[in-house]
Amino acid sequence: MDIVVRDVSMVFPASAGPVRALGNLSLDVQSGELVALIGPSGCGKSTLLRLIADVVQPTSGTVEVRGGPPARARVARELGFVFQHPGLLLWRDALANVSLPLEVGGWGRRHQAPHQPAELLELVGLKGFERAFPRQLSGGMQQRVAIARALVTGPPILLMDEPFGALDEITRDHMNQELLRIWAATRTTIVFVTHSIAEAVYLASRVFVFSPRPGRVIGEVAIDLPSPRVPAVKDTPEFVRHTAALRRALAQAA
Amino acid sequence: MPGGVDTAQSELTIPAAASRAGAGTVLVRRLLFPVIAIAALVLLWDVVIRIFSVPPYVVPTPASVGQALVKERARLLDNSIPTIIESLGGFALGNLVAIAAAIAFVHNRTLERVLYPVAVAVRTLPIVAIAPIFVLMLGNGYAPKIAIAALITFFPTLVNMVEGLESADPQAMELMHVLSASRTEAFRYVRWPSSLPYLFSAMRIASTSSVLGALVAEWIGTNRGLGYLIVLTTYDFRTALLYAAMVMTSAIALAFFFLVSILEWVLVRWER
Repeated sequence: MDIVVRDVSMVFPASAGPVRALGNLSLDVQSGELVALIGPSGCGKSTLLRLIADVVQPTSGTVEVRGGPPARARVARELGFVFQHPGLLLWRDALANVSLPLEVGGWGRRHQAPHQPAELLELVGLKGFERAFPRQLSGGMQQRVAIARALVTGPPILLMDEPFGALDEITRDHMNQELLRIWAATRTTIVFVTHSIAEAVYLASRVFVFSPRPGRVIGEVAIDLPSPRVPAVKDTPEFVRHTAALRRALAQAA
Repeated sequence: MPGGVDTAQSELTIPAAASRAGAGTVLVRRLLFPVIAIAALVLLWDVVIRIFSVPPYVVPTPASVGQALVKERARLLDNSIPTIIESLGGFALGNLVAIAAAIAFVHNRTLERVLYPVAVAVRTLPIVAIAPIFVLMLGNGYAPKIAIAALITFFPTLVNMVEGLESADPQAMELMHVLSASRTEAFRYVRWPSSLPYLFSAMRIASTSSVLGALVAEWIGTNRGLGYLIVLTTYDFRTALLYAAMVMTSAIALAFFFLVSILEWVLVRWER
């Protein structure tokens, strides 16, 4: 079990009184799984990712990442994080952005990097763009650089916070395909936050449905579509059956 | 994945190539238009003097200013050197202190809350009033002039630099945390580079205002420098030399501005 979340509650102090972001949330993610988290806006999905990544601490409950506290996993670089916006450093070219995690803390000097930054750029389909600066790249390409950056230290877990939310549908479909290809190549555990029902069904083996704030898991939908997934699966009755089930679960949540 | 590369290539936006094609036109616009504007202004100046027959001790003709520039060049250059030293010294000192203060402020909120209002208060003091005080405290040498030039450059850099350091992309800062980066690393990799465009905006202002600071300082207690020359020639009604000294001052300020712009162009490549 890669990620174990037990009875986690999260309360943020705010000027209008404390906000309960998560309420007694529990979920497990197995090693090598690609799970999606879906739910209404502000239901705490992103907060959960930040809890797993040790960016914030839970008010109560426990989070375990690979058998230890999230802080251990963070320090050991067992977590890769892809944000909603690429968050690239504008003054570094694509290659230098990808190798940033190797430089920070001298990680690359103390460890054998599992992938060369240039190889990862090739993996995300950006061969030939090593020297391009973020401003010269489209949104989809920037997000691919961010994915390569998250993968460069070879983390067993990849946390993705609506990474394709800002992209148009055509680019998003393309990126979904790329992500599945990368997942197949790296066998990384992926926790993927999304607002899109179709994206969740297409990518994930399991989808967790969140209630509105305070967020907790109110449904878990197993997606037993054949693997590897190809775009044509979206036109099958099975796919529609799954999206319908998810839509129903979300309707109950609201 | 051979198809991936093709798709990626088609996604590439190429503003760089587009702007390079028009680089010649841009250069002409940047250089030629200001030159035309200045030439037109000089012409207008000449015409106005002739039409209203302004006496030369009130406003000299452009030609006489040109003559003064040539004839008195040794004196002008001699007086430029202290002004340049004071401006550069003040520019360096003011910016360094401002950068250090800004770095301290973003890392220590209490310090910011205590000292920022003090900085604002100092800013509101009129520089012409501080100048004699500095001369009293620091004597007649370079020190008070450099201090005044530093004071005048300090505030814009402080304000811009605090803003620049805080402009760091929150997601990049969160990434630094996920990568277990130290505060120094977060500063070096994210905060400092994020602040550079802001720093250069401030330094462009400071490049010209530091000359102004040095000039004002030279009005009091000195017998060298362009500021001194300006005061002297005003009292003596040697307006042609007065104007020549002003042209000289302006040229120095422009040169500083140009130098800062070149440095920005080299160091802040990603903003262009």
